[in-house]
Amino acid sequence: MSEVVLQVFRGTTREQGELKEYRVPYVEGMVVLDALHYIQANYDGDLAVRWNCKAAKCGSCSAEVNGKPRLTCKTRIDSLPKDEPIRVYPMRAFPLIKDLVTDVSWNYEAKKRIPPFTPDKNTDWIMFQEDIDRLQEFRKCIECFLCQNVCHILRDHGRKDAFFGPRLMIKIAELEMHPKDILDRTEFLRKEAGVGFCNITKCCTEVCPEGIHITDNGIIPLKERVVDRYFDPVMWIFRKISGRK
Amino acid sequence: MANTTTEGPLTLRRDAWWVAPLLTVIVLTAFGIYATWRALEGRYYEVGPYLSPFYSPLILVDWWKFSPAILILWAPLGFRVTCYYYRKAYYRSFFWSPPACAVRGLKSRQGKYTGETRFPYILQNVHRYFFYAATVVLAFLWYDAFKAFFFEDGFGVGVGSIVLLVNAALLTMYSVSCHSCRHLVGGKLDIFSSCPTRYRLWRWVSALNEHHMFWAWISLFGVALADLYVRLVATGTIIDVRLI
Repeated sequence: MSEVVLQVFRGTTREQGELKEYRVPYVEGMVVLDALHYIQANYDGDLAVRWNCKAAKCGSCSAEVNGKPRLTCKTRIDSLPKDEPIRVYPMRAFPLIKDLVTDVSWNYEAKKRIPPFTPDKNTDWIMFQEDIDRLQEFRKCIECFLCQNVCHILRDHGRKDAFFGPRLMIKIAELEMHPKDILDRTEFLRKEAGVGFCNITKCCTEVCPEGIHITDNGIIPLKERVVDRYFDPVMWIFRKISGRK
Repeated sequence: MANTTTEGPLTLRRDAWWVAPLLTVIVLTAFGIYATWRALEGRYYEVGPYLSPFYSPLILVDWWKFSPAILILWAPLGFRVTCYYYRKAYYRSFFWSPPACAVRGLKSRQGKYTGETRFPYILQNVHRYFFYAATVVLAFLWYDAFKAFFFEDGFGVGVGSIVLLVNAALLTMYSVSCHSCRHLVGGKLDIFSSCPTRYRLWRWVSALNEHHMFWAWISLFGVALADLYVRLVATGTIIDVRLI
């Protein structure tokens, strides 16, 4: 393989934008972002691509490569089919700004609505490793928003008004399971964050570049906590008798 | 929100994304047809010390005129229907909600999708109660597996004994690896260090839970094959080989 053919989405609206074809010299080990940089440097300097670290840690270069949500800096050219052009599109769930750049600000606005970390004012701040192992997985999140992009509730059904999406569910799980946090977000989780909207089809987990088990370790445990509170009469009686939350 | 898209092609993916949902439809439909037929058949479920898992525990009462399987199959059926893994499988393959990642469902209900917040899907929240019921049935399956080693002439090991034992073991792995079980044994805790026993249990169940999909499928095949084996022996199609 001496060169690769890329078809990159160009435009400022999805209706009027179109794929433009480029031929890029292949270098062993190159990733899709390398090819996009070559296009910027040699063909179209105005190609809009958001990127920063090129090491799969900043979460900036999210796009859809051959229709799959991926980080372009982590997608090696040699992992893609060689007999067809590589098609690169912007994330579909967010408003398009230009070419491969989308407006992901909704995620940050929704995040502000999550009740923040709330420790007891007399907490001793001693924590054990077993209490925070779970949370450390969630803190690997790089906020690439690929999970938000692939979530069909946001992507296909447009329910940003009712469901916070996988990334923010992980954020809520991180707070809810924190050994030093005393705030109860169960009602918020059910009513405002809309955890019940998730039908656990696990696409968020499939696309996560950090390998976070978003559904199994984050969303399902949160759903179970909501069940404890709202759908389990035995737990309700237990809480009434024991006085526990 | 302007300039996002819910229209356009079904997907921009060019790989064979449809294979997994298609296989799921084929396998679950085949199992559903077989299990329904066997549950309604009402005979060939018991031979020698062997009892089909579809009919265990065997409840024979005068007032029930239909197959005794119907009296107990609601528990394992409900457990599987509300299972977090099977929900993924059938939401994708039967409901196309969505059929695969980054593939649009047939109906994009802009602003109307309610997920599991409305009837009937809100009933998925009773999964833990089906877990409790299925655990009771599982206890009987272990009893049946134990009983399958005692023939008219005393202790022995037949192929059927091993089939029923393996079936009970696979169903146990499926049940124990359940997400609700994981939550109940310790997942609901915020401070593991204060409950070391529950923490150890949670870690053990979590390790199994990582392979819940595997246990879900293998135990499904196991229970169907165990029933088929008992039926084949009961109808005289095959002879149960005594190993000991």
